[in-house]
Amino acid sequence: MADVIADPDSAGAQRVSGGGMLGPGPEPQLGKVVASISPWQEAWRRFKRHRLAYWSLWVLGIMVLAVLLGPLVYKVGINDVDFQSRLAGPSLKHPMGTDDLGRDILARVLYGGRISLAVGMAAMLMAITVGVLIGAVAGMARGWVDAVLMWVTDLFLSLPQLPLLLLLIFLFREPLKQAFGLELGIFILIVTVIGGFRWMPVARLVRAQFFSLREKEFVEAARALGATTPRQVVRHILPNSLGPVIVAATIDVAAAIIAESTLSFLGLGFPPDIPTWGRILYDGRDYMDLAVHWAMFPGLAIFLTVLTINFIGDGLRDALDPRRVL
Amino acid sequence: MLNYIFRRLLIALPSLLGISVVLFTVLALAPGDPFEELATNPNVPAEVRMMLRQQFGLDDPVWQRYLRWLTSMLRGDWGFSFQSRVNVDQLILQRLPTTIVVIGLSQVLAILIALPVGVLAAVKPYSWFDRIASTIAFIGFSLPTFFTGIVFILFFSIYLGWFPFVYRSDISSTGWQFFWDHFKQSIMPISVLGLFQAASMMRYVRSAVLDVIRLDYVTTARSKGLTERTVITKHVVRNALIPVVTLVALQMPAVFGGAIVTEQIFRVPGIGSLLIDAILRNDTPVIMAVTFVLSCLVIFFNLLADVIYGWLDPRISYG
Repeated sequence: MADVIADPDSAGAQRVSGGGMLGPGPEPQLGKVVASISPWQEAWRRFKRHRLAYWSLWVLGIMVLAVLLGPLVYKVGINDVDFQSRLAGPSLKHPMGTDDLGRDILARVLYGGRISLAVGMAAMLMAITVGVLIGAVAGMARGWVDAVLMWVTDLFLSLPQLPLLLLLIFLFREPLKQAFGLELGIFILIVTVIGGFRWMPVARLVRAQFFSLREKEFVEAARALGATTPRQVVRHILPNSLGPVIVAATIDVAAAIIAESTLSFLGLGFPPDIPTWGRILYDGRDYMDLAVHWAMFPGLAIFLTVLTINFIGDGLRDALDPRRVL
Repeated sequence: MLNYIFRRLLIALPSLLGISVVLFTVLALAPGDPFEELATNPNVPAEVRMMLRQQFGLDDPVWQRYLRWLTSMLRGDWGFSFQSRVNVDQLILQRLPTTIVVIGLSQVLAILIALPVGVLAAVKPYSWFDRIASTIAFIGFSLPTFFTGIVFILFFSIYLGWFPFVYRSDISSTGWQFFWDHFKQSIMPISVLGLFQAASMMRYVRSAVLDVIRLDYVTTARSKGLTERTVITKHVVRNALIPVVTLVALQMPAVFGGAIVTEQIFRVPGIGSLLIDAILRNDTPVIMAVTFVLSCLVIFFNLLADVIYGWLDPRISYG
C-alpha cells in the first residue's frame, strides 16, 4: 500500500505545499527534505504520540504472535481429556486451568484465538471490499444510481442485525455445512453474514470522500491529461480516501470478533468441538460458581483484543487525519 | 410540526416494505421448506402432500406468495407456533412488554450517565476528569455485553449474593414487595445494557459538545453576563444534542442485539429469548414474526428520533 500513496501525483502535491510554506530556498535541498519523510513515516510519528494506541499495538502484536506460534510451542492437545484434573484451577501444569472434561483451557484459548482473529480479519476484508465498491460507485455515478445505493445503505443500517444474523445462520447452516464441510461452511457463513452487515458505514465514508475529492484540482488535472475514470479512481481518488477507511477497517475487526463471539455465545456460532473464544465462554458460564477461570480467560482474551484494536483505531484516526495538528 | 411528522411517516413506510421484502427473500432463498418433515414421513402419501402444497400455495410464483404473506401479516394473521401451538401474536404480546421495559430503562440509565459525564468532560477537555472518563468509556464499549453480564453475575450474585441471577416471572409476593422483587431482579440486566450504551453515548456527547462550545453564539451568551451554568444547559447542550439524537437512533439495532444477549444471560423472558428458543427449535413462524417485529421497533425508534430531532432543531421541521 505504501507505494500507492507515494505515487508521483500525491508526492508532487506534498512538495508543492512544502515549498509554499518554506518560501524561497534552494530547490534540490527542498526535494531531499520532503523525500526523507514519507506520508507513512509522518503518520507513524503521529501514531506513536498516542501512548495508549502505541502500547496497544505491542499488546495486540504479542497476542497475535502467541495465538499463531503458541500451539507450536505449547504442545497440549485441545481435546486431551484428563478426568483426573476436572475443573482444576490455574496451575503450572495447566496455566489457565481445565474444563469439565479436564481439557486444557490455555490450549483451547490459543486455538480459538486463531479462529476468532481469522473471522475478524476475513469479515473486515469483506465489509471493506463491499463498502468501498458501493461507496465508489455511488460517489462516481451520482444521480439516480447514487440515490438507489444510498437508500439500500440506509435500509441496511436500520435492519436489526443480530436477529437477522441469527435468522440467516438458522436457514443456511445445514446446506453450507454439506457443501463445504463443517468448519469451512460455518466459517464462510459467519464471515459473509458479519461482513454483509458491516459495509454500510464504509460505503458512506467512501462516498463522502469521493464527492469532495473528485472536484479537487489534482483529479481535475488528471482528467485534463486524459485519464480514464477507472484510472482517476484507482490512482488518484481512492488512495487519498484511504485514511478513514483504514480506521473503519480496524474497528470492523473488533466488531466482527465481538459478533462472532456473540453468535458462539448464543449457541449459534461454531459447533461445540471447535473452541472459539465465545464458545469456551458459553460452555464455561454454567460452571461459574465452581470454576471461574473457565469463563474468565476467554472473556479476558476477547476483551483485551477488542480494547487494543479500538485503541489502535483511535490512534490511527489521529495519525491519518491530515487536518489535525499534533 | 405535524406536517413534518407526517412526512417522516411517509419515508418510514418504504423502509418497512423494504425490510419485509428482505425478510421474505431470505426465507424464499433458503433451502428446505416447512413441509420437509411431511415429505420424509412415510405415513403421509404423496397425493396428500401435493394437495397440502397446493392448498397452502407453496408452488405459486414468489411474488404471489410474498403478497399473500404481506396481506396476512397486515391483517394480523401471523400464524401459530409449531412448538407451543399458540398464536404467534399472542406469544409476542406476552413477551414484548418485558423487553420494552428493560430496553427503555437501560436507555434512561445510559442517558442519565452519559449526558452529565460527557458534558463535564467536554467543558474541560484533556483535564484529569476527561481523561479518566474517556478511558473508562473506551473500556466500557470494548467489553462485550455477554462478558459484563457474566462478571456481574459472578460478583453481585455469587460473590456478594445481592441479586438473583435468574429472572423469574412467577413472583408470588404482592403489593410493594412485588415491585421490589421485580426491580431487584431487573437491576443487573438493565445496568449491563445501560452501561454499555452509556459508554458509546458519552463519547458522542463529548465530541458534540466540543464542536458546539467553540461557536460564536456561546461567546455571545457568555459576554451577555449569563452564568456558565445557564450557558451550558440552555445554549450548549440543546444544540449539542442534535447530532447525538441521530447517532443514538443509529445505535438502535445494536441496542436490540444487546437486549437479546442480556435476555439470554439473565434468562429474562423477553422477545429476544423467544427468538433464540424459536431458532433452536426450528420454529419458523415465530422466527419470522419476531424478526419482523424487531425491525418495526427499530424503524419506530428511528421515527421517534426524527421527531425529537425536529423538536430540538426547528429549522429541520420547517425545511
